[in-house]
Amino acid sequence: MGTPRTLYGKVWDRHVVDPGTADLLYVDVHLVHEATSAQAFAGLAEAEPRRGVRRPDLTLAVEDHNVPTDSLTVRDPVTLLQVGTLRQNCATHGIELYPHGHDRQGIVHVVGPELGIVQPGMSVVCGDSHTSTHGAFGALAFGVGTSDVEHVLATQTLALARAKTMAVEFVGVPPRGVQAKDLMLALLAEIGANGARGYAVEYRGEAIRNSSMEARMTICNLSIEAGARVGMIAPDEVTYEYLRDRPYAPVGDDWDAAVADWESLRTDDDATFDRVVHVDVSSLTPFVTWGTNPSQAVPLAEAVPHPDDFPDAEDRRAAERALEYMDLTPGTKMRDILVDVVFLGSCTNGRIEDLRQAAEVLRGRKIAAGVRMLVVPGSMTVRRQAEEEGLGKVFHDAGAEWRLAGCSMCLGMNPDRLAGAQRCASTSNRNYEGRQGTHARTHLVSPAVAAATAVAGHLAVPADLD
Amino acid sequence: MRPISGHTGTGIPLRRSGVDTDQIIPSGFCRSLRKTGYQDALFATWRVDPDFVLNDPERADASVLVTGPDFGTGSSREHAVWALRDWGIGAVIAPSFGDIFWRNALRNGLLAVRVPEQATTALLDLSEAEPWTPITVDLVGQQVRASDVVADFEIDADARQRLLLGRDEIELTLGKDDLIKAYERGRPRWLPRLGQDLVRADSHD
Repeated sequence: MGTPRTLYGKVWDRHVVDPGTADLLYVDVHLVHEATSAQAFAGLAEAEPRRGVRRPDLTLAVEDHNVPTDSLTVRDPVTLLQVGTLRQNCATHGIELYPHGHDRQGIVHVVGPELGIVQPGMSVVCGDSHTSTHGAFGALAFGVGTSDVEHVLATQTLALARAKTMAVEFVGVPPRGVQAKDLMLALLAEIGANGARGYAVEYRGEAIRNSSMEARMTICNLSIEAGARVGMIAPDEVTYEYLRDRPYAPVGDDWDAAVADWESLRTDDDATFDRVVHVDVSSLTPFVTWGTNPSQAVPLAEAVPHPDDFPDAEDRRAAERALEYMDLTPGTKMRDILVDVVFLGSCTNGRIEDLRQAAEVLRGRKIAAGVRMLVVPGSMTVRRQAEEEGLGKVFHDAGAEWRLAGCSMCLGMNPDRLAGAQRCASTSNRNYEGRQGTHARTHLVSPAVAAATAVAGHLAVPADLD
Repeated sequence: MRPISGHTGTGIPLRRSGVDTDQIIPSGFCRSLRKTGYQDALFATWRVDPDFVLNDPERADASVLVTGPDFGTGSSREHAVWALRDWGIGAVIAPSFGDIFWRNALRNGLLAVRVPEQATTALLDLSEAEPWTPITVDLVGQQVRASDVVADFEIDADARQRLLLGRDEIELTLGKDDLIKAYERGRPRWLPRLGQDLVRADSHD
């Protein structure tokens, strides 16, 4: 029936309000946070005539980027102004808000899915580049700037041109101990930080089908680090089981109707992609970054590369700069790199499964002397669940700081920042210059590697601790 | 937004690839509630270096940033565009841009134009050798010109038209209210709706 279509094409088609050279797309849910929305709300108020929020009932707000994670009290005056402005805007327009201190508060990309607000086939927009996370549900999800936030608030739509499509086929079953983060760092190392620029990516293969929703969210989350417009995974039983009984998931007949609809959301067998990339994961080992973009990554068992290893002149220059910033010498074994701080959290790796994987390594162990470890749950819901499972106590007993929910040390916008040239093993998504603090040095790792590194005091995999 | 047909100014050669928005404006400077006043935050960390190109007194009034591929990748922060604009930059020329940055730039009348790498390199060379030579980004003719360097660029037709006419995109979309309402009537009933304890259910669906 009709032209064969990709998952992306199908979800796109069902949101077209007005076709054109750019299609006007309807937005099923708009996620809002305090760091990129104030100017958008102000724009509505300043318009002549004044504009309203078209669909407050399709809008959800949280406080995550600026809030402290060591206290339920916001003391910083700039943060108070930011969250205060969001609270006022949400009250004015009747938007549901989970403020700092609310038992559902957390990182926008953790809270949306865990409440069942993001479902297969939906379109999801947020003023944050890691909105790609929600593609894990077979949703069309992408980050936008503040002008687009204002457009969505006012119209519940956005005009966009369709992207080219790319299939990323993970071939084989990853060995035990290799996590979603490793798959993505390996992919990024292979295709580069611009390898998916302008593409809508669909992740496929046995490794994807076997993975949990948490792992799928980690994978789609990192799509933007390859420059992709969106990253998607076809919904299946894993997706439905995750969504069932969540607060905003459909119930009764609606559930049955929804699942019947979701079943159609997969790429047709004879559909073609503009580009196909294969990544063999059957012999993959844990990956870690050495440079200042997420594609500058190697297996942890290997060494810091030499700029001359890169055939492309631009890559060579970027490597030279990165090594200088990171204060690393080519040939140094990654395992010999000492760290000052370990950060476990973020919209990439701050979900319950991530905390379980780290806790499994930390149970009965102590983090190394002189190393500071922050464990920041992605949401207060994750925090409660972790405490019910005894994970909070594991982190505490190991000597880590067991924090409240927020973006924390991922982006250096709140009090959780690295000091000076501190070196950090981080489960977050960006190792850019200055990302975690003005001169901070970041190595991106999986939750298991983060935990092992905290115990060893140098970059390490769990097996190194035995 | 005021109509824009192009921009002419002298160049700021930034010979780098993959300049992410965290470099254009570090997150600590993105905590203001305003859309203006970000000029001092532009490349704040790099500008500490006295040899950084923006510190060159010869380029104090330069307004065309010429740079390498993948400019503006990473974070969606529109503050990156506001900081460039507040500094006085009217156009950015690069072989490629981060998608979100590119959208944000055009939304604010900052001409972010994709010019092939060979021509960008020629512009970098030219601007380094002759800081006084003006560079023109001509939106009508879809061409970049500077001395003997001439390069055509492509730009999304809708975006170009909006810039040339200075049209407010929200206004345009609000004009399609009938289409939006018609779409809303066909949305599946199971789709989530928020804030039911905050606002009375309305009649959109």
